[in-house]
Amino acid sequence: MDKILLLADEAIAQAAIDAGLSGVYAYPGTPSTEITEYIQASEEGKSGKIRSQWAANEKTAYEAALGMSYAGKRALVCMKHVGLNVAADGFINSAITGTNGGLVIVVADDPSMHSSQNEQDSRFYGKFAMIPMFEPADQQEAYDIVYQAFDLSEYFKLPVMVRIVTRLAHSRAGIVRRAAKAQKNTQIPDDSKRFVLLPAIARQRYKSLLGQQKEMMEIAYNSPFNKFTNHSNKSIGIIACGITYNYLLENFPDGNIPYPVLKLSHYPISQQLISQVYDECETVLVLEDGYPFVEEQLRGIMGVGTRIHGRMNGILPRDGELTPDIVGAALGLKQNIKVTEIPEVVTNRPPSFCKGCAHIDIYTALNEALKDYTPGRVFADIGCYTLGALPPFNAINSCVDMGASITMAKGAYEAGLQPAVAVIGDSTFTHSGMTGLLDAVNDNVGITVIIADNATTGMTGGQKSSATGRIEQICEGLGVEKEHIVVFNPLKKNHEEAVALLKKELEYKGVSVIIGRRECIQTLSRKHRN
Amino acid sequence: MKTDIILAGVGGQGILTIAASIGYAALHDNLNLKQSEVHGMSQRGGAVQSHMRLSSNPIASDLIPLGSADVILSVEPMESLRYLPYLSKNGWIITNSLPFINIPNYPEYQKILDEINKIPNHVLIDADKIAEEAGSVKSSNIVMLGAASPYIEMSYESFIEGIKKLFGRKSEEMVNLNIKAFDLGRKISMEKKK
Ligand SMILES: Cc1ncc(C[n+]2csc(CCOP(=O)(O)OP(=O)(O)O)c2C)c(N)n1
Repeated sequence: MDKILLLADEAIAQAAIDAGLSGVYAYPGTPSTEITEYIQASEEGKSGKIRSQWAANEKTAYEAALGMSYAGKRALVCMKHVGLNVAADGFINSAITGTNGGLVIVVADDPSMHSSQNEQDSRFYGKFAMIPMFEPADQQEAYDIVYQAFDLSEYFKLPVMVRIVTRLAHSRAGIVRRAAKAQKNTQIPDDSKRFVLLPAIARQRYKSLLGQQKEMMEIAYNSPFNKFTNHSNKSIGIIACGITYNYLLENFPDGNIPYPVLKLSHYPISQQLISQVYDECETVLVLEDGYPFVEEQLRGIMGVGTRIHGRMNGILPRDGELTPDIVGAALGLKQNIKVTEIPEVVTNRPPSFCKGCAHIDIYTALNEALKDYTPGRVFADIGCYTLGALPPFNAINSCVDMGASITMAKGAYEAGLQPAVAVIGDSTFTHSGMTGLLDAVNDNVGITVIIADNATTGMTGGQKSSATGRIEQICEGLGVEKEHIVVFNPLKKNHEEAVALLKKELEYKGVSVIIGRRECIQTLSRKHRN
Repeated sequence: MKTDIILAGVGGQGILTIAASIGYAALHDNLNLKQSEVHGMSQRGGAVQSHMRLSSNPIASDLIPLGSADVILSVEPMESLRYLPYLSKNGWIITNSLPFINIPNYPEYQKILDEINKIPNHVLIDADKIAEEAGSVKSSNIVMLGAASPYIEMSYESFIEGIKKLFGRKSEEMVNLNIKAFDLGRKISMEKKK
């Protein structure tokens, strides 16, 4: 077959389609978004043969995928790393229930935090759930792994996790596809009681999961995605996880690495594999993007592995993504290359609001309305509107995790910071803000919630937002009083009106919701272009 | 054959169009390719870069090592300097001369020119003006691709194939416009190369 040029995200999507996928479930999040978008744009997605609409959040996505798996079909769930924090409850427990139709979860980590709040390493979650896990090194491997991961999931009757990183997710290369398989039929599991996690059943199920560990390791030992290459120079043995294997190869253009190398892409870690490097080499260098996941396990709590080099002994930086240069330096190569420095005149160019963005008008009004209050009372959330933290606005005091604006404002109000303000986007509100608003209503706290409703999930590129057109009803349904749900159009000409409105609601001692509604300038201009 | 290119610009300026066009050309030539790009946060008017690697041999890393890029192709002059540590000793900077000013502290233009002039191998062109000559300022990134093309080891025909593949989906008119833009950029750059 001919090669097609695909991002690793797209290769993963194509692999799932080719493996007989029936549904993809996801909430957008960089760098995972393009997986679902690719399926949505495919023939199978457009015709509805594969269901592919966005979910309200990662938890609802994960659980729906589990339901599809229960009913016998193959399901894919995609999210960014922090999305797994949201989906964690369903995820961990689905390792106890087990699955039926193949269930693959792709989690995209973001080492160096190109577009994220942290650089947490999802491999810990895979280990925590005790399920098979993969970490592809390149685009073709991403395709091949996902293509067969559904089979492995059905073999173990467990979810299978695939962990990728930004540099792979958003890098393109030529891919060779494999034969497309048909979708599975609806078929409930013959032992469906295992999905009822009453303690008595859960205890048995947990034992069964523990019992599967040995075989998981044996399969990992024989996996084509783990590769041990021996060499006579045993001064260093190298364990290269996922994409770092490429950075290692880059340092040896002729392909001859003078040390034994274990390329690791399939977990759980097979002790037998590791010992080929650990037992025979004087030192072991562990290369991994993210946290020192393998390294820490190798060292153990007592640090007996003093021969081990990696992120924990300073040979590699403790944080941030690896690069070919960092790996080369750790191997003592390329120490003296001189590179041209960045000239001093080059200034930072941080991201900024688009020209004409409604968030600008919201913050201009809010700043003025808050002029007479002491600073430090605006709790914001995650989205384009987080850019309100930057000058000249300096309008917000927090951005933690999706939904935290409303709940933090509530807690701060209860600690005496009155009034307290929350700023949250429409998609973030339906992702995780609604339950917090219910808490606020129940405690009748005097917070002012500003929903910056641009009718899209802007930050991640303009995906459909879950409740466009229904935000007021939702707030009302949660118990916010109707006269304290107000909508305004954030435009320069409406500035005075917006300030007056905000001032009034700031003084109100109960929950008020102010919806600043104007369509995202990006989605709007895209519509005009098409 | 091996060419490592850093594509640089500001979010929204269309460096990914350049990348896609090179990608199609490389596919036409049966070359190996890896191209990493930045999505998300920095799209909002921030600095963006893409590492584009072409080779007749297999390519290992998605990222270009420091000091080894053959070309920095930038659609904005200050952005062309941001990635200098990647440029190889004999590498070329090909950049648009028109600044994109969306920050309050954008440096004095002359200082940027002075720094670009310090790099012996550089091509500085007013791509927007040339694109207008070709018929639309929107094709300024293809003017830049034309200007970089003599430094990328692929044939003229392959680049044209890439453009046809990319713009053919839109219209014949778009194809012709962009070929014209490409040719104008290429011509200026060839003259400088001599
Ligand atoms: C748990 C989690 N999931 C996904 C993301 C990625 N993400 C960041 S902001 C955002 C959406 C923001 O949309 P909205 O609230 O409508 O604000 P806008 O960007 O449109 O202003 C998403 C999906 C995240 N940071 N955390």
